Amino acid sequence: MDPVQRVVLRRRRQDLAFKVLGIGCTLIGLVTLALLLADLAFDGLARINWQFVTSFPSRAAARAGVLSAWVGTLLVMLVTALVAVPLGVAAGVYLEEYAPKNRITTIIEINIANLAGVPSIIYGLMALGLFVYALGLGPSVVAGGLTLAVLILPIVIVATRESLRAVPPSIREAAYAMGATKWQVTWHHLLPCASAGIATGVIIGLSRAIGETAPLITIGALTFIAFLPPSPLQAQPPYLSFDWLKSPFMVLPIQMFNWLSRPTRDFHANAAATGIILVAITLALNSVAVAIRYRMRKRVKW
Amino acid sequence: MDDLAWHSTGAMARRRLRAWIDRGIATLLFLAASSSVLITAGIVGILLVESARFFAHVSLGDFLTDTLWTPGFANARYGILPLVAGTLVTTGVALLVALPIGTIVAIYLSEFAPPRLREGVKPLLELLSAVPTVVYGYFALLFVTPLLQRVVPGLPSFSMLSAGLVMGIMIVPYVTSLSEDAMRAVPMILREGSFALGANRVVTSFRVVYPAALSGIASAYILGISRAIGETMIVAIAAGMQPNLTFNPLEPAETVTAYIVKVSLGDLPHGTIGYQSIFAAGLTLFLMTLGFNIVGYWLRKRFREAY
Repeated sequence: MDPVQRVVLRRRRQDLAFKVLGIGCTLIGLVTLALLLADLAFDGLARINWQFVTSFPSRAAARAGVLSAWVGTLLVMLVTALVAVPLGVAAGVYLEEYAPKNRITTIIEINIANLAGVPSIIYGLMALGLFVYALGLGPSVVAGGLTLAVLILPIVIVATRESLRAVPPSIREAAYAMGATKWQVTWHHLLPCASAGIATGVIIGLSRAIGETAPLITIGALTFIAFLPPSPLQAQPPYLSFDWLKSPFMVLPIQMFNWLSRPTRDFHANAAATGIILVAITLALNSVAVAIRYRMRKRVKW
Repeated sequence: MDDLAWHSTGAMARRRLRAWIDRGIATLLFLAASSSVLITAGIVGILLVESARFFAHVSLGDFLTDTLWTPGFANARYGILPLVAGTLVTTGVALLVALPIGTIVAIYLSEFAPPRLREGVKPLLELLSAVPTVVYGYFALLFVTPLLQRVVPGLPSFSMLSAGLVMGIMIVPYVTSLSEDAMRAVPMILREGSFALGANRVVTSFRVVYPAALSGIASAYILGISRAIGETMIVAIAAGMQPNLTFNPLEPAETVTAYIVKVSLGDLPHGTIGYQSIFAAGLTLFLMTLGFNIVGYWLRKRFREAY
C-alpha cells in the first residue's frame, strides 16, 4: 500500500471512531433518561390509582395520597402564570419594540441575561426575605406563586423577544403606513403573529416552575398538610373568594421529597408514584410546546 | 392643519387621546421591563442586609477560615469551608461527566450526524433537562447509589460521587445545546478550506470548528458550571446533609445549597442567627456563580471571532 492510501485510510478510521464515540455519548444521555423513567415506573406505577389522587398524606403509606399536593401545585401555578405572563410579555415587548438604544436599555438587557443564571434557591432566599417577611405575605400560595413567577420571568421575556424578532418588518411597515400607532401595531399585528412563540416560552417556563422544589422549601412551604385551601368559588355572594391566596400550601415536588426522605420502602413507592405524575406533567407540557413550535414552522411562511 | 375643512375637531380629540394612551402604555411597558432590575436589587439587597446581621455575630475571618460548620451545637461554629468543599466536589464530578460528554455530543450532532437524526435527537436530549431535579434525586439515591455500591465496595448510602454523576447527566443538554448552536454558526467556508487542505472531519472539528466557536462554547460551559453550583435537590437528597470538609467524592458531605434546604425544612424563627446563616450561605453561593460568570464574560470577549 502506498503511503498516501495509508494516510487516507487512517483518517477515515479516525472519522469512524469519532462517529462511534459520538453515538455512544448520545446514547449515554438517552439511556439514562430511559433508565430513570423505567425505574420510576417499576417502583411507583402500582401506587397510582384513584385513592392516591384523592387522599391526603398520611402516616400510613398505603393510605396516603397527593390531594393537597396537586391542588397546591395547581393554585401556585395559577398565580405564577397570572403574574409572569403579563409582566414578561410586557417587558419583552418594551425591549424589542419600544426601547431606545441607551444605557438604561443595556442595563436592563444585561440584567435579564444575568437573572437567568442565578440559582433557583437564591430566588427562594430573596422571596423569603421580601415576600414572606418584608411584605408580610407569609409562606402562602401567593408568596409561592410570586417566587416562581420571578424565577420564570427571564424565560418568558426571552421567548417574547425572540418571537417578536421573527415577525418580518414588512408587517410593521404596512400597519404604520395605514396610520396605526405603535401600540396598535403591537397589539393588533405583532402580538398575534408572535403568540405561538410566546405560548411555547410560557409553557416551557411553567413546566420548569412545576418541578421547582428548593425555592418553595426555602420560603417555608409545608411538607405535611391535611387540608385544602379554601375554595375560590363560594355558594353565597360575592361567589368569589380570594382567601386561598393566603392559605399555606404544599406542592407535588415537595411531597415527593418528603416521602423520599423517609427510610421505608412503602413511602419510597409513594415518592416514585409522585415522580411519575410530575414527569408526566412536565413531559406533556414540553411535548405541547414542541408541537406548537413544529406547527408554527410549517404553517407560517412570511 | 386645523383650518382644513375635512378635519373635524372630533377627529383631533380622538387623535390626541390615542397619543395619550400610547404614551401611557409605553410607560407601563417600561415599568414592566424595569421590574427585572428591581428583582436583582431585591436579591442583592436581601442577601446583603441579612448577611450583614449575620456578620455582626460571626467575624468574616472565622467565616472564611474556620473548618467547622456546626450551627446546631451549643458552641456553634460558622466556617463556610466544609460547605464550599461539598459544592466544589459535587460540581467537579458533575463537570467531569457533563463537559466531555456534552462537547462530544455537540460536535457529533453539529459536524457528523445527518440533519434528520440531529432534529430527532436534540429535543429528546433536552427532555433530560426538563425532568424535575427532585426526580433526579430519587434516581441518584435509589438507583445509581445501589448500582455504584456494587462497583465501589464500602460506598456509603449518601455520596458526592452519586449526586455528582447524576447532576452531570442532567447538565449535558445545557452544554450540548449552546455548544452545538455555536458550532453550527461557524461559516461553512472555514470547513471547506480545511477539507480542501486534506483534513478529515475529526481534524476539522477539533482544529477549525471548535476554536472558531470557542466563545459560544465557553458560555455553554459557564452555564453548566452555574447549574452545577446552584443545583439543590439532587445533592440534598443523594449527597447527605452532614457538613464534611473533604475532597473525596466517595464520602457524604453537605453543599451550600443543601444546607439552605436543611435549615428551611426546620422551623427557624425569623431574626435568629440560624435564619441569618442561610443568607450568608446564599451570598456565598451568589458570589461563586457571579465569579464564574465574570470569568465567562471575559473568556467570551477574549475568544470572540467575527466573520
